[in-house]
Amino acid sequence: MPSPTDSPKPTCFQELVLALQHYWAGEGCVVLQPYDMEMGAGTFHTATTLRALGPAPWRACYVQPSRRPKDGRYGDNPNRLQHYYQFQVILKPSPDDILDRYFGSLRAIGIDPDLHDLRLVEDDWESPTLGAWGLGWEVWCDGMEVTQFTYFQQVGGIEVELVSGEITYGLERLAMYLFDKKSVYELPFNRADSAVPVTYGEVFLRNEREQSAYNFERADTEMLFRHFADAEKECAALLGNSNGKLALPAYDQCIKASHAFNMLDARGVISVTERQAYIGRVRALAKACCEAWLEGRT
Amino acid sequence: MAKLLLELLSEEIPARMQARAAQDLQRLLADRLTAMGLAHAGTRGFAGPRRLVAVVDGLPRVRPDVEEEKRGPRVGAPENAIQGFLKGAGLQSLDQAEKRSTEKGEFWFAVTRRKGGPTEAVLPQILIDTIRAMSWPKSMKWGSGTFAWVRPLHSILAVFDGKPLPGQLDLGGNMPPLKFGNRTRGHRFLSSGQITIDEVAGYIRQLRAARVIVDPVERAAVIRAKVETLCIQAGVKVQHDEALIDEVAGLVEWPVPLVGTIDAVFMDLPPEVMVTSMRTHQRYFATLREDGSMADKFVVVANMITTDGGTEIIAGNERVLRARLADARFFWDQDRKIRLEDRLPALKQIVFHARLGTQYERVERIAAVAREIVAQEKSGFFRDVDVNHVEQAARLCKADLVSGMVGEFPELQGTMGRYYARHEGLPGEVADAIGDHYSPRGVGDACPTAPVSVAVALADRLDTLTGFWSIKETPTGSRDPFGLRRAALGAIRLVLENGLRLDLIRAFSAAETAHAAATDRDDLLAFFEDRLKVQVREQGVRHDLIDAVFALSGEDDLVRLLARVKALQEFIGTDDGRDLLVAYNRAANIVRAEEKKEKGLAAKIAGALGEKLLQQAEERALATALASADARAATALDSEDFAGAMAALAELRKPIDVFFDRVTVNTDQTELRLNRLKLLARIRTTIDRVADFSRIEG
Repeated sequence: MPSPTDSPKPTCFQELVLALQHYWAGEGCVVLQPYDMEMGAGTFHTATTLRALGPAPWRACYVQPSRRPKDGRYGDNPNRLQHYYQFQVILKPSPDDILDRYFGSLRAIGIDPDLHDLRLVEDDWESPTLGAWGLGWEVWCDGMEVTQFTYFQQVGGIEVELVSGEITYGLERLAMYLFDKKSVYELPFNRADSAVPVTYGEVFLRNEREQSAYNFERADTEMLFRHFADAEKECAALLGNSNGKLALPAYDQCIKASHAFNMLDARGVISVTERQAYIGRVRALAKACCEAWLEGRT
Repeated sequence: MAKLLLELLSEEIPARMQARAAQDLQRLLADRLTAMGLAHAGTRGFAGPRRLVAVVDGLPRVRPDVEEEKRGPRVGAPENAIQGFLKGAGLQSLDQAEKRSTEKGEFWFAVTRRKGGPTEAVLPQILIDTIRAMSWPKSMKWGSGTFAWVRPLHSILAVFDGKPLPGQLDLGGNMPPLKFGNRTRGHRFLSSGQITIDEVAGYIRQLRAARVIVDPVERAAVIRAKVETLCIQAGVKVQHDEALIDEVAGLVEWPVPLVGTIDAVFMDLPPEVMVTSMRTHQRYFATLREDGSMADKFVVVANMITTDGGTEIIAGNERVLRARLADARFFWDQDRKIRLEDRLPALKQIVFHARLGTQYERVERIAAVAREIVAQEKSGFFRDVDVNHVEQAARLCKADLVSGMVGEFPELQGTMGRYYARHEGLPGEVADAIGDHYSPRGVGDACPTAPVSVAVALADRLDTLTGFWSIKETPTGSRDPFGLRRAALGAIRLVLENGLRLDLIRAFSAAETAHAAATDRDDLLAFFEDRLKVQVREQGVRHDLIDAVFALSGEDDLVRLLARVKALQEFIGTDDGRDLLVAYNRAANIVRAEEKKEKGLAAKIAGALGEKLLQQAEERALATALASADARAATALDSEDFAGAMAALAELRKPIDVFFDRVTVNTDQTELRLNRLKLLARIRTTIDRVADFSRIEG
């Protein structure tokens, strides 16, 4: 395999993704595809949440579309989106030289550590809905956060057996930095010399406008409450069946409940006190799924 | 004598934990050295982003013999105690222990005599114990190991007397142990390969060559000096910020300050917004122009020297700041489109506390209480205030909590409200009250003085305090999750520094009405008294005197309370005061002793004096003096002439002294004795008019 540093520097959004995939494939990662459900972050993907548990080593990378209904700005804000992409890497157990490997990935996408100011700034990570936490940093490149780096300590309320190193790149933000764009919508999606050159805005601007309106104004809250309750019920049923627990389908329901909660939160129909209760309910599902996943290990 | 050098190289340690870690490491190491009989000249400790270092100076090369004794259980103690002792001391049987007599009886002692020897033989274990004893605010495991450190630990450098120490730290799990060595690494990007260290001075020098300044004090000094120089060159003044210098010194191993420029289009943003963006989010130093207004330069401290002289780094940081400020500008523009008044319904979504309702309900209460405060205040402080402005400011004071900017920068609460209120053209005093009502935030913070601001700030605190008192969520010990002590201190400062004449109990009751809940007002008042003691201690006001004044009637006007306390303190400092206190105690002691002997005496001596029973001239003189002092003190107190009241009491000193000299209280004549006790009781009640002297210490 050619050394990733030999590859030319990415010039557009999709080349950034390709460069990262190529690099991490070279580091022994399984290159997975996005999880086919709405989720708030790449951490929710089974390849991270569930695989972080148990004694089996694991290395994977994938792009995960992430939905944060509350962050919608109707396409008006150049830095904020309700739908964006994360590039997620998980290395379990975390190798001793994980930081060097990570800095290698920056070289691979055209950030030369010798020309920039790279800093690891304390940022502990916690996901109350997943019952997960870890310690790590935000990685700053010339003052900009380009990566979230976390050593997982607990997932689903369960102490991990092997510590995973989780590396999450916010792709749009990173691309804006690399390609020097002030607005996410101006990012070149494909190469400028493509037959049909396309910007990020051409692909997603309308989506941001319509989805923001949906998230903030139109989503049927009655329905969303119902979806939450249904997902919660189904999850419990799948884990409480005497014919055996179905951890993965149950976890899908947990993801659904989490997204329904995020939508309800964006619609502003959940009060501060209720909020804690809902987060607790999703966490209970996540915890039960993680336990079932470990029990069903063969 | 020899030196010991220990360096723990890890991944990046959070800046806020470094100073403490360096202290802990030195202390733990010194304790263990001492316990092993290794005296030393001193320790030094250094911390930085990637390394924690301890140096021990003046260690002996050879350790003297040490005798260690451990006291065990009493001779004849139960078998399990004996066994525990033997096990703990590593003895096989009691034959190996010694019996010794002590003041408390006969005890078993385990005496271990350890032969001395080369110091280096015991150091590895001391180092391992020290490392294992370190505790971090948060620690983590990594890889497949079970050992926890603040972030993954990569190497341990241990050099004693110029030679590497053998030893290893077990990381648990499947991880290979971390072997001690005499090698380390320099700057993550500005040096490569390993560096071999022979001795302490060399370590500091070699690391400097490898672009690492080991000592955080030196890093801070470099930052301070270079930031200053750069600012002079750029024709601006740096906003001095020692806390930021210290934090940045914990983020870099090789500080390289660089100056960037703020895009002109953002220069009209409120300075607080720009400073928050730069300082809190990016750790940049803000700069000022000659006239004190914001300059368009900022200083970032990089951890890197680049071939382009930092051009890319500056450009990158400018870009980041541009994005941050663009975000801020977006909020600033959006927020100003909505009037604060129109934000009020959104406050219904924000729960203040599950049992105390929403922020919306809260501002309604604050408005009601603020209006009451204005109505109740007696000195005329609010004379020229438009009560509608007070009410308006109170209702709008939390509206900026639901603005975009405060959502993004919570520390700008109040500040943004003031800007938005001004933008809407609300009266200046309303805007200022919205901005200032969170003050005073702490001891060093200025206290509002503008009447509208004072009314809202005080109402906010009274609402908080009565609210939490009504649901019995009061501070206990060190637990004060809702910041009620600070709230009470703030209220006290608002009252005292503005000379507000309020009866607190009445003000509490206004707040209770707003809450539609009852509180233990006396308990809350006592809480205020406690806070007041803390508050005025620094001014040298005696806490027992506050008790003495507070005790008589539960004085709830803090201004009057303090004036009285101060007059009392002055009086007690004079000869008259001291003597009167002695006389008071003498009278009180006699009465108390008699009351103890005779049941029902208290009731008998409570009544009026029998004029005819005043036989001796001294008795009559005292009775007259008491009546006159009582009347004069009462008049003086009414007009709040506390010095006058004290002067009236001072008149009692002579008659009381003469009375005690010449008159026998406990005579055989019952009637006479009772009347004289009445006279003594009156001394107490008269003096107690001014303050409860029994609470005054010495």
